[in-house]
Parts: sequence; structure tokens; C-alpha cells
Amino acid sequence: MKYIDETVVMKRMKSRLKFNKLWKSLFLIATLFALLCLVVLLVRIVSQGSGYLNIDFLTNFASRFPEKAGIKAALIGSLWLMAVVAPVSIILGVGTAIYLEEYAKQNKFNDFIRTNISNLAGVPSIVFGLLGLTIFVRMLGLGKSVLAAGFTMSLLILPVIIVAAQEAIRAVPNEQREASYGMGATKWQTITRVVLPAAIPGILTGSILALSRAIGETAPLVVIGIPVILQFLPEGLLSEFTALPMQIYDWAKRPQEEFLYVSSAGIIVLMILLVVMNSIAIFIRNKFQKRY
Amino acid sequence: MIKNDTEKLTLKSSENVGEETSTKIITTKDTVFQSKNFDLWYGDHHALKDINLDIKENEVTAIIGPSGCGKSTYIKALNRMVELVPIVKTNGEISYRGRNIFEGNYEVEELRTKVGMVFQKPNPFPKSIYDNIAYGPRIHGIKNKRVLDEIVEKSLRGAAIWDEVKDRLNQNAYGLSGGQQQRICIARCLAIEPDVILMDEPTSALDPISTLKVEELVQEIKHKYSIIIVTHNMQQAARISDKTAFFLNGEVVEFDHTDKIFSTPTDQRTEDYISGRFG
Amino acid sequence: MASQGLGKEQSVQDLIAKSRNKQGKKVLEKVMPLLLLFTAVVSVLTTFGILFTLVFETFEFFQRVSITDYLFGTEWFPFSGNNPTFGVLPLILGTLKVTVIAIIVAVPLGIAAAIYLSEYASDKARRVIKPILEVLAGVPTIVYGFFALTFVTPILQQLIPSLKIFNALSPGIVVGIMIIPMIASLSEDAMSSVPNSIREAALGLGATKLEVALKVVLPAAISGIISSIVLAISRAIGETMIVSLAGGATPTFNLDVTGSIQTMTAYIVQVSSGDAGYGTTIYYSIYAVGFTLFIFTLIMNLLAHYISKRFREEY
Repeated sequence: MKYIDETVVMKRMKSRLKFNKLWKSLFLIATLFALLCLVVLLVRIVSQGSGYLNIDFLTNFASRFPEKAGIKAALIGSLWLMAVVAPVSIILGVGTAIYLEEYAKQNKFNDFIRTNISNLAGVPSIVFGLLGLTIFVRMLGLGKSVLAAGFTMSLLILPVIIVAAQEAIRAVPNEQREASYGMGATKWQTITRVVLPAAIPGILTGSILALSRAIGETAPLVVIGIPVILQFLPEGLLSEFTALPMQIYDWAKRPQEEFLYVSSAGIIVLMILLVVMNSIAIFIRNKFQKRY
Repeated sequence: MIKNDTEKLTLKSSENVGEETSTKIITTKDTVFQSKNFDLWYGDHHALKDINLDIKENEVTAIIGPSGCGKSTYIKALNRMVELVPIVKTNGEISYRGRNIFEGNYEVEELRTKVGMVFQKPNPFPKSIYDNIAYGPRIHGIKNKRVLDEIVEKSLRGAAIWDEVKDRLNQNAYGLSGGQQQRICIARCLAIEPDVILMDEPTSALDPISTLKVEELVQEIKHKYSIIIVTHNMQQAARISDKTAFFLNGEVVEFDHTDKIFSTPTDQRTEDYISGRFG
Repeated sequence: MASQGLGKEQSVQDLIAKSRNKQGKKVLEKVMPLLLLFTAVVSVLTTFGILFTLVFETFEFFQRVSITDYLFGTEWFPFSGNNPTFGVLPLILGTLKVTVIAIIVAVPLGIAAAIYLSEYASDKARRVIKPILEVLAGVPTIVYGFFALTFVTPILQQLIPSLKIFNALSPGIVVGIMIIPMIASLSEDAMSSVPNSIREAALGLGATKLEVALKVVLPAAISGIISSIVLAISRAIGETMIVSLAGGATPTFNLDVTGSIQTMTAYIVQVSSGDAGYGTTIYYSIYAVGFTLFIFTLIMNLLAHYISKRFREEY
């Protein structure tokens, strides 16, 4: 007696293969749907906003009149913000990564730091806003300044930078460290002369991607209470300022239809900034990728 | 001064050991490394058991044995590289030129400046050839460009690779072949003029021709340096070494002149191993 | 000591002995680990700062509003003059409505994309599609919010005439689109780590690719997939700008998705962009709501961590 009846198997094979084809196309359609969304989103925004995008838009301050509205204060404000976030978050993030990868022994305290970082990465950005409002704006008395917002954003993207830097440092083979120690180098010499130079492309790529997240982040700024209609540029780290996503948010909320187009133009500026940052990150990743 | 001391020590230890004199050789050369009742554990694994070995200067000492016999662990103990694994524990002592390297205040950096190392896989830094060679002198504070130039040339010549790379010192060392990379690593090691060079299976990742070049190089530099080489290749040990130690399961089975080990070994296990019955 | 030098007048070891700056080196070796430890502690301090902020200000809030009224109240009218009510359930319900819609959109699409990428796509297709998904994940949420308000809502209004300008459906769908890349890429990681030998075993028995994907790979990668969904839920709960722009500001306690709602995050934004004076009950209420939000996302994150750890497949 045969357990498998070949004619039945052959008959079913056809429908099974048909199913396979059908589902393959369904999976592909699902994948393409996400891409389609991106295309629609970009086309919509460009078609709505490009009419308002000109030199005046970049050099004017915000205004009640859509045709006069400009993004100067927000653009410069975002750059000020980055000038704080970049050094603070990279120094803290890379420092933490070096500590965890090169110095930290296997013990409860270091396990706690690791677990804490992964949990911190899952805290909603708006909660960081509450932290910034209480600690930086009020307790430390920094007000709604570049510094207060910069510190808040730095803490927000810190886990991202730590994880990226850890991966980059871990990717440096141990043989490299051994070669350095074998010459009588100290630990710190090995880190600064061998490990970091090899890890820097990875660290930079991860950091730029994290910074591009910070530049588009809105919620913490809203909570801190960053103003929107500013007619001046920040003069220092303790000045009030506004930022691109805040300005876009404010315009998008307005009832007049023209402001929707102004908002689209603002989004185009923001997206261009993001594309530039991402391109730099990808360029660094491809150019300096080390092989061992 | 040190010479007298070490001679005395050698004599004394050979008296103490008594019937184990077969593992001790008394010569007039200075002892660079003297291991006394040295034990090492990786966690619970007893990797080295009661090692007693005297290694002389300006000789090539080969360490052979099957995989996992502790031969690599032993030479990594000699410059304390073994401590990069956090769970390592040691007992007993290894003296370098008369001073126990596991002594509390012995600085590993100082030890490693005197005792250089060449690794299994060529591991140049992803920097230029020049920067690779200058790495050692630089970390030890030599900044003078002229002195560095001189050291780089001297070291590359010493490693018999100067003619191959002199026109591309600023190119990345990773552009070189595996055999050239390994000789760059040897040159990098020579750049700080160490007293001893430890070689951990330096040819295991190389093709036969590159292997031959490295072997010739070892022969050339042994007059200036004391060389300890771990190898799984018995022919290599026979070709290039003056003395050979046979390790098995973390113990030294036999240590003698290479000719003697390969012609008339005293221990049955040594004979079994070199005649290819296991390993 | 053995004489060094390669026949030259000076030995490198002598130079080293001369130029060594031992003291400076030693200090650096001691100080740097401490400095680095300090930077690592900043992330711990951040967590303590968040907990301190939330607990401290929330405590202040519960001095004014009873905790049971807050947790079980179904009316959230903080601005109604002399008789404000602070029942958080409408805000939680608003958040859940958006989250559920988002998950209904994102889970099938995300997992289907993951299956396609891991089981069907050629290397070339993968190299094109994955970066595009990364770009999608990198679009700022304010842009998605704008998209929901100005594009998705009008389209939906064509289909459902009763749909209000502010509603739960449109932001729900857009939050779903936003978290597709997250589910797709994390699930794909889980599926790609299923060893090929298992696939080959099933294919060798005559299974089709679909059968291998659904009956072999999917079950083997299930813990990674579920944990990616849980993480995505956490992201959806904490999402702010999309719901602020397109969801509205009307806390309602019903299951209608066509009318204006308010989520926990949108409430915090509403109060922050207004002029609630420092020290008022409304001011403290954003911390209570923030704390509630934090607890929700924390539970989800811990759950995701637990699932991926507890049910990790060993190959």
C-alpha cells in the first residue's frame, strides 16, 4: 500500500503553485504600497509648495500674510539648534559607547546602563519635551532658549547615537587592538589611535542620521514652548528661537488655504535639508567603509 | 650583573628539579624568560599546568603541539596579552630578565615594549605603510620626523621588505598581499627594537612562498633578537628553531635542542606526535 | 642586557626610555575611563530625570484632582471654567482608536513586505527597496501630519461623506503608514536570521516558496515579528504630531472613528501651545497625562523585549 498517491499530489501541485504566484504578487503589492505612499507624499508636497518656494521665502521672516511669509528665522533657528545638539549628543553618545565597549566589565551596573539605553530609545519624544520643560526651561532657568531645546533634543537622540557608535566600535576587529597592545600601547592610546580612527566613519554616519531625526522632530519643541512668530534671529545660546518643524506646524494649523502652500514650501526646505544630511551620511558610509 | 644572576638561577632551578633535568638545558647564554611552576586557568579550564621552561637569548625557540595544547596561551602569557581575556587567572611565576612579570607593580606597557609580538593573522592597521611602522615609536613619544624616517627604513630593511614597498610608503598597508602584510607586521614589531619577539603561528594564514620568506627572515634576525615561535607545522620548527618545546594538554612534555627532539625524543608521546600518530 | 640596535649609532629603546612621558600617560589612563563613565551616566540620569519630572509634577496634580476621578472618569473637560473635569479615559480611548487603526493598516502590509523582501525579492530588488523604506522611516512626523490633514482626510471624505475634518480614521491610517517600515524591517531581520538549511529542507520535500514562507519561516521567526509589532504599537501610542494635526481636540468617550477625537499626546500639545499658566491644575495635568503615556509605552517596550528574549529561537 502506498501512503502517497502521486496523482493526487500532482493535481494539488498545480493549485499550490498558483497560490504561490498569487501571494507573491500580493506581497509585492504590499511592498510597493509603502513606496507608493512615499511618492504620493513627495509629489503632493512639491506640487503644492514649489510655487511659494523662492528667495523671498528663504529670506523673509514669518508674517500674517501668506505671500510675505518666510522661513528665515526658522531655518537659522534650526541650524542654531543643530550647533548645540551635534556636539553635545555626539560627545555624550560616543563617550558612552567607548565606555560600554572598551571599559565596562560584565557587572550589574553596566547591565543596567545597557538596559536603560534600550528603554530610553522607546520613550516617546513628547515625554522628553516634558523633561526639558521641567529640568532645562524651569529648574535650570534656561528659558525657551536654543540651549534648553538643544539639551532636550540631545538627550532624545542620545540612545540612537550610542547604539550606532557601539556597532561601529564593535566592528573594529580585536586583532587591531591586540596589535596595538602588543607594541606596548596603553588602553587610551589604543582607543584614540586605532579603534576610533577605524570606527569614525560608522560613528559619523549614525550620528548624521540621528541628527536628521532631531532636525525634523517637533513634539518636544512644542512642549518646551518654543515660539513661532519671531521677527529676529537668535543672538546667542540663551536667545529665544524657532525651528523649521515648529514653523511648518504653525502654518499647517492655520485656516487660510494659502498657508497650506506656505507650509508645503517649508516642508520642501526641511526635506531638502534631510536629503542633504542623508546623502552625506551615505557618502561617508560608502567612501570610508573599512575592510579587514 | 644580570648575567651572573640568571646563570645562578638556572643552575639552582635545575638542581631543585632533580630528575626533571631533561627539560632544563644549561648553557652560557642569558635566560630571557624563566617560567617557574606556572599555572593558568580560563575560568575553570586549567589551560597551563606547572610550566617550567628557560628560554635563552638570541635563539629561536619553537613551541609545538596539537591544537588546544596551550602553546598559544603560553606565549601570550609571556607579554601578558593573555590578560585581555577577563576570566584568566594565573599562579606561579614567569620572569623576564630576572623579574617576575606578574608582580603587582610590573607595567605591562613596559614589558610589551621589550617583548614584541607577531600574530597569527596579519593585522596591519588600516593606515599607510609608513604610519604602521611608525606606530610603535610614536606611541612611545618619538615625534622627530627625521628619526622616524630612519626607523621606518631600518625596520623595513630589517624585515626584508624595503625594496618592495619603498616607493609606496604612503599607501594603505591593506593593499599589500598577505605575505607582505605579515612582513610589515614584523617590521612594525622591529621598529621599537624589542629584546624578544613572540610569534604566534605567523605563517598559518600564508601561502608556501610567503611562508618561506618569513622563515628566512626569522633566520636573519635571530642573531639580534630572541625569538619564540609557536607553530603547528613540525617541519617549520625543525627548519628554523634551535630549541623545541613540545606541549600537550597544557603541560611541557619535552624541551630540548631541536635536533634531539626530532631525532631521539625521550618521551614516547613526543615521538608519537612528531611521527604523525596524532595531532 | 642584550645589546640592541641594528648597527646604527642610537638604539630606539634608548630613545623610548628618554622620551617617555610616563606621568602624563598614567594620569590619562586614570582620568579618561572616569570621564567616559560620566558620559555613560548621563543616559541613566536622563531616565531618572524623566521619572522625577513625571512623578513629582503628577503628584502635584493629584493634590488637586482625586486619583480615582482621573483614572476612571469618562469626561475630560479641563477648560470648562469653574467646573473642570479630569477623567483620562476619553484621552486613552482616543489614543487606542488611532493605535488600533494604525495596527490594522500596518501589520498586514508590514509583514507582507517583510515576507517579500526576505523570501522572494532578488538581491537587487532588496537593495533598492530597503533604502526607500529607510527614507520612509526618516520622514518627519510633522510631514506625515500635514499629509493626513491635507491629503488623506479629503480623500476619505469623498468615500465617507459623514467624516469630519478632524477624525480618528485619517491619522490612524497615516500612523499606520508611518510604522510600516519599522514592522517590515524588524520582521525581515527576524526572518532572514532563520537559517537557509531549514528552508532548503522544506523546499527539498517539494514545498512551494509560499508554503516555506508561511509554514516554516514565519513560525520560526514569530517571536521577532511579534516583538516588532509590539514596538510599533508603542511608537503609535507615543505619536504626537500626526494626531495633533489631523485628529482634533475633542476628547470623546465613544467608539466612533469619523468624528474629532483627542489623544493623550495631542492634549499635551494643545496645552503646551496655549497659555496654561505655570502652576495651574491644567499645567500639572499634562504631566499626569504624560506619565500615563509613559507607562503605556514602557509596558509595550518591556513586553517587546521580553518576547524577543523569552522566545528567541536557537538554531
